[in-house]
Amino acid sequence: MRFYQKDNILIPTKSNPPHSFRISYASPNLLITPPLTRAYPFNPQLQATLQGKALLLSELPFSEEEIQVHYENGYCSYMQGIDKNARNKYICKRCGNENQQLFASFPCARCKATCTYCRNCIMMGRISECTPLITWSGPKLTQETSEIALQWNGSLSPGQQEASDKMEAIIEDQSELLIWAVCGAGKTEILFKGIEKALKQNQRVCIATPRTDVVLELAPRLQEVFPDIKVLPVYGGSEDRHLYSPLTISTTHQLFRFQQAFDLVILDEMDAFPYSVDTSLQYAVQKAGKEHSTLIYLTATPDKDWQEKCRQKKIPFVTIPARFHQYPLPVPTFQWCGNWEKGLNKEKLPATLIKWIRERVPEKKPMLLFVPKIYYMEKIKMLLQPIISSLETVHAEDSNRKEKVQKMRDKKLDLLITTTILERGVTFPNVDVAVLGAENQIFTESALVQISGRVGRKKEFPDGTITFFHYGKTNSMVSARKQIMKSNKEARERGMLL
Amino acid sequence: MICVICLAPVSPEFNWTYLFTREPECYLCADCKGKLEVIKGETCQVCGRSLQILETIHVKDGVCRDCQKWEETDEWKGVLRLNQSLFLYNDFLKETITRFKYRGDFRLASVFISFLPKDLGKNKIVVPIPLSDERLYERGFNQVEAILFYTKIPYTNCLVRIHSEKQSKKTRQERLQIENIFKLEKKESIIAQDILLVDDIYTTGATLRIAAKLLKEAGAKSISSFTIAR
Repeated sequence: MRFYQKDNILIPTKSNPPHSFRISYASPNLLITPPLTRAYPFNPQLQATLQGKALLLSELPFSEEEIQVHYENGYCSYMQGIDKNARNKYICKRCGNENQQLFASFPCARCKATCTYCRNCIMMGRISECTPLITWSGPKLTQETSEIALQWNGSLSPGQQEASDKMEAIIEDQSELLIWAVCGAGKTEILFKGIEKALKQNQRVCIATPRTDVVLELAPRLQEVFPDIKVLPVYGGSEDRHLYSPLTISTTHQLFRFQQAFDLVILDEMDAFPYSVDTSLQYAVQKAGKEHSTLIYLTATPDKDWQEKCRQKKIPFVTIPARFHQYPLPVPTFQWCGNWEKGLNKEKLPATLIKWIRERVPEKKPMLLFVPKIYYMEKIKMLLQPIISSLETVHAEDSNRKEKVQKMRDKKLDLLITTTILERGVTFPNVDVAVLGAENQIFTESALVQISGRVGRKKEFPDGTITFFHYGKTNSMVSARKQIMKSNKEARERGMLL
Repeated sequence: MICVICLAPVSPEFNWTYLFTREPECYLCADCKGKLEVIKGETCQVCGRSLQILETIHVKDGVCRDCQKWEETDEWKGVLRLNQSLFLYNDFLKETITRFKYRGDFRLASVFISFLPKDLGKNKIVVPIPLSDERLYERGFNQVEAILFYTKIPYTNCLVRIHSEKQSKKTRQERLQIENIFKLEKKESIIAQDILLVDDIYTTGATLRIAAKLLKEAGAKSISSFTIAR
């Protein structure tokens, strides 16, 4: 769409009248929202939908006319979607993309000109030079939550308690905190007290996590302990995403739609792909928080940079080196297995791996085998079929992924061959884990720590083995083992183990 | 450089061809390229679908059953002489076309150019299947014209679409019932000409045939069509 101006007010138009312009080329004084008409009876549904967000017209279930009237009365603002940065390069105001390769131009039927758009966040609808982002400028809606109470009778381990206390203190200061909790420390419970505190101060809270599965798992869990409020899950395609909620559980991607929304943002698995590599997701997290807000990073495996930041005390952090059940973390053993790729091409698996499997078959011990490439999975499955009856393979694009994982949970499988997609978030009781080709670069330090963290998660089965079959030790393997041993040592010293 | 579909950085194979040809308009990584299934082998002589994936009982004289049905009626017989399609409409292409058409990623149109036959539209009047004005404004571009934009093939917008329900939300039966979804303009430009209709997807063939019939009745010599997906 194009705009023209009348008495310093922007007026949208679908045609191309003389002196009309696109929002990206509007002069700065025209982007100032008109003063608020207090008497104007604004639409509270629009307020609930738009507050704390920056959305496209096409994402709003309200007419363009209604938005325009709200703008003229000072309740909505038009913002540029695509802007130029200081070096005169394009920048996307929604996702923060500044990589010029991720912009493209086309002859646009809406503005009747060559129009540049952002390809980085295209899945949320196209944002181009003629696309305004709409924000709320009217009075803020706050849901009164000072009376709510946490409904949870569980108890925290000493490590969890310490982190929980630190988090409460940080919310008071409105700054940042890194919670470095080993796999199986019980991260969710640590957050309960802090979230309760924020809500009691009428703050708006968001937990952001990279994966939809986790959103779907966390939302009911939190709803259960905060029954007084409506916990809102937000992910691509979620139904209620237009509602306002004091506690939002969102995928990191959906944060692109938020702006200046939250007083407390908890970023789960901040080391995980894609957050760790996608700078625009980091931009999204910054944008979603209010100017004065608290940011909690939650991770089991901070990368080298963050470990260094902690060591140099550049960021406040707290570590939980012990698991909730207070048994030590299983430490990986290394097993050289020769050039396994070459062997596979000759239809052969490493003898050491076969031995590892044969030992476990009679005991009916569930096994998880990580491999670096989807390409090898079927062959490995075929080669193992003679010695093991029930086995499956699973990877990210597998349409039966859910069913297969469930089969493993139900103990209907003896062996599940997987890529790194199962490195996080899954618990199979009593499982033993092996990595074939642990030297592959896909197995980073954090991936290996996470994989090792699949073992011994249940109190009933706190042990289990984790073996890295490799063709040459890598730094990642050594660092991963070191990190796990260091956590165990720290836990012992702090008296957190049984 | 980045792959035009998955946006992952790719380093082009550095060889003589690369050195001596201009940087291509679009670069596809091997992964994405592998997921596009080019239609080859024996195809239906009318609609251009691959006959290899059909059971033989559905094929008669090199024509698939759907087309046999079309050709059996007096109304539709011979209206569309020949359709040619590039790719199998598999899940990957579905996803790609969704991002291109509905999310509006115009640049994806450039994916297809290197696969197009060299003589596409030669000695023919190329006519894209149009969008209604409402839909065009909503999307910002016509997906067919976007493809033609990158190929630089000249075309004539002589069809106008009358606004109606979204085609993709209708059943085959409903699609066939609606006759007057197009209006013809610039009638003189098509008389006694060979026409090539261009669309993104051939699903039932109804849209193309409705357009073809209108052109034929207005005096076009022959009508064939080309689509990206089948």
